[in-house]
Amino acid sequence: MSAPGTNDTEPWPLWEVFVRSSRGLSHLHAGSLHAPDAEMAVRNARDLYTRRNEGVSIWVVRSTDITTSDPDAKGAFFESPRGKEYRHASYYTESEGVKHL
Amino acid sequence: MATAAQRKRSDDAELPEDPAGRAHFDELIAADQRVEPTDWMPDAYRKTLVRQVSQHAHSEIIGMQPEGNWITRAPSLKRKAILMAKVQDEAGHGLYLYSAAQTLGTPRDKMTEDLISGKAKYSSIFNYPTPTWADMGSIGWLVDGAAICNQVPLCRASYGPYARAMVRICKEESFHQRQGFEILLHLSRGTKEQHEMAQESVNRWYAPALMMFGPPDADSPNSAQSMAWNIKRFSNDELRQRFVDMIVPQAEVLGLTLPDPAIKWNEERGHYDFGELDWDEFYEVLKGRGPANAIRLERRRTAHEEGAWVREAAAAYAERRRVESEKAQAA
Amino acid sequence: MSDQTFRISAGEALTAEKITEAGEKPTEAVANYALRLGDDALILAQRLGWWIARAPELEEDVALGNIALDQLGHARSFLSYAALAWDKTEDDLAYFRYEPEFVNLQLVEQPNGDFAATIARQFIISHFQFELYRRLVDSTDATLAAIAAKAVKEVDYHRDHATQWVLRLALGTEESRRRMIAGLGVMWPYVDEMFRDDDLVESLGDAAVRPSSLREDFDTVTGAVLAEAELEVPEGFVARGGGREGIHTEFFGPMLAEMQVLARAHPEATW
Repeated sequence: MSAPGTNDTEPWPLWEVFVRSSRGLSHLHAGSLHAPDAEMAVRNARDLYTRRNEGVSIWVVRSTDITTSDPDAKGAFFESPRGKEYRHASYYTESEGVKHL
Repeated sequence: MATAAQRKRSDDAELPEDPAGRAHFDELIAADQRVEPTDWMPDAYRKTLVRQVSQHAHSEIIGMQPEGNWITRAPSLKRKAILMAKVQDEAGHGLYLYSAAQTLGTPRDKMTEDLISGKAKYSSIFNYPTPTWADMGSIGWLVDGAAICNQVPLCRASYGPYARAMVRICKEESFHQRQGFEILLHLSRGTKEQHEMAQESVNRWYAPALMMFGPPDADSPNSAQSMAWNIKRFSNDELRQRFVDMIVPQAEVLGLTLPDPAIKWNEERGHYDFGELDWDEFYEVLKGRGPANAIRLERRRTAHEEGAWVREAAAAYAERRRVESEKAQAA
Repeated sequence: MSDQTFRISAGEALTAEKITEAGEKPTEAVANYALRLGDDALILAQRLGWWIARAPELEEDVALGNIALDQLGHARSFLSYAALAWDKTEDDLAYFRYEPEFVNLQLVEQPNGDFAATIARQFIISHFQFELYRRLVDSTDATLAAIAAKAVKEVDYHRDHATQWVLRLALGTEESRRRMIAGLGVMWPYVDEMFRDDDLVESLGDAAVRPSSLREDFDTVTGAVLAEAELEVPEGFVARGGGREGIHTEFFGPMLAEMQVLARAHPEATW
């Protein structure tokens, strides 16, 4: 399943836009837009999503090229990490008060 | 307007019914959480959202015209730059909203088609003309002011993509109302002619702006369901009152009069009272008999049709490039 | 999308207001030169502003809006600087000069035509402005250099935008190719005028850029794009020009009347 809203009949395909707001941060999803090709998509993204200094770098990707996890398998996909407290530092209470640990 | 019976029918028609999905949806709404595009949602919820979000998008796009009307004639370069940026923002906001609506499964060209064929609605406020420069002030102060009252609660709307689009829009629009207020302030404190221009414009925009919140709660059939779904957070009348309470003291700062002799502070209610609005006119404009309906739609249609060859050219070029690169890879 | 992730800001940059505030008076000659560059940008912005809400696609409304706003920004900076020489304001210069007092190139006043004609005009002017500003950053006049330093980066994007569209329209469909060729045909006669030197430029020495010195680079870069687009450089009719001396094509008067109408109706007013 690709990104929501994908539609093959549109003359200009849908693109998802990811913007890095400043150096050292990840690209985050900002929204989507229509463009005939990648060159124009990245330019349209610049014009549309960075008019107020929101970004220093942009990624665009065809919405159809995104694969999403199956929404119906939400349980199976995301249940596992729950309850595995031992993956988190807060689980280890005996070392409380010991410095630099 | 859907009757209870019609609504029932459309519920029955909903396929496939997914009991687990519905339970999850109900849980999300009850917990005031966000619904995301891939979640199961009732058909009526989806339809309501597509209608509301696309209407909102259309309003931004049609709303470019009454202000765009003054870009070439703005009376100072600073005002010209502000106006251009504002109208351009509206194009951007329309795009954010079309994107949000598209996640519900309706492609943009379908929404555009509905708009230019006259099938889709947009805010009827944009069917009023802008004969004077002061209208740029009134639109900013009153129309955008009313829009902001409506929009701020929408940042918490239950549908995630809509709420996210609204967060960005509200952030960007924060300057829109202020610039309108400043236009009016300069006019009001300017020459006699300027002051009169400002007052005449406020006289024309006051009532239409108040009607932007929609009909009185008693006559607003879809409101209750929208509030139950956490799409709408406050009733039409609550928002309208909030807006009047806001603009009465602002008008005093402007040195302008709101054209409603019934406006009076009500100590008991802790709100300003105001007069009845002429809803007959509202419904006239809503039905497409507003002063500029035909002009607005015609302009949008022309832009879309005259742009067709450009969109086709860009698509053809992209295809040509794709074929070329495939050939190059095969070689 | 929290407030933390997509902060918005205006960012630091040279603005018309800062130039006025600094009050650094240019010489008469520098002011006249700044007036030319300011008029080019102003008239172009005025033309481009018309497209907002009329572009072929919404994304393009936003793109053309950005370009128009950049040009208007450059115009305001140049005009605010020029105005200091005559104890005037940018608005005095924009709204209260008559047609023969405007010294913009005739190219920028040409009507928008269809999207291809607008792109053709944009392609020519942004390559010209890029070559000009790229050199003006070394002007001995510090304010001109500073304005150019901001403008050159923005114009670099404009020429890229125009180039992308020249390629797409020229190599897109039969119709778009026909229109692109026609658009270039309408605009190209005004190219020659852009590169003419005159006494003012000569008198300014290293404060200004000699237009004739830009021609070679302009021809090389635009020629390469046109070749990629499988287009010929249009030949034939060369417009007489004269924009720098206040001679304008007949399209200019109505446009100016529209731009100035409100300001002139209220000469005592501020806005």
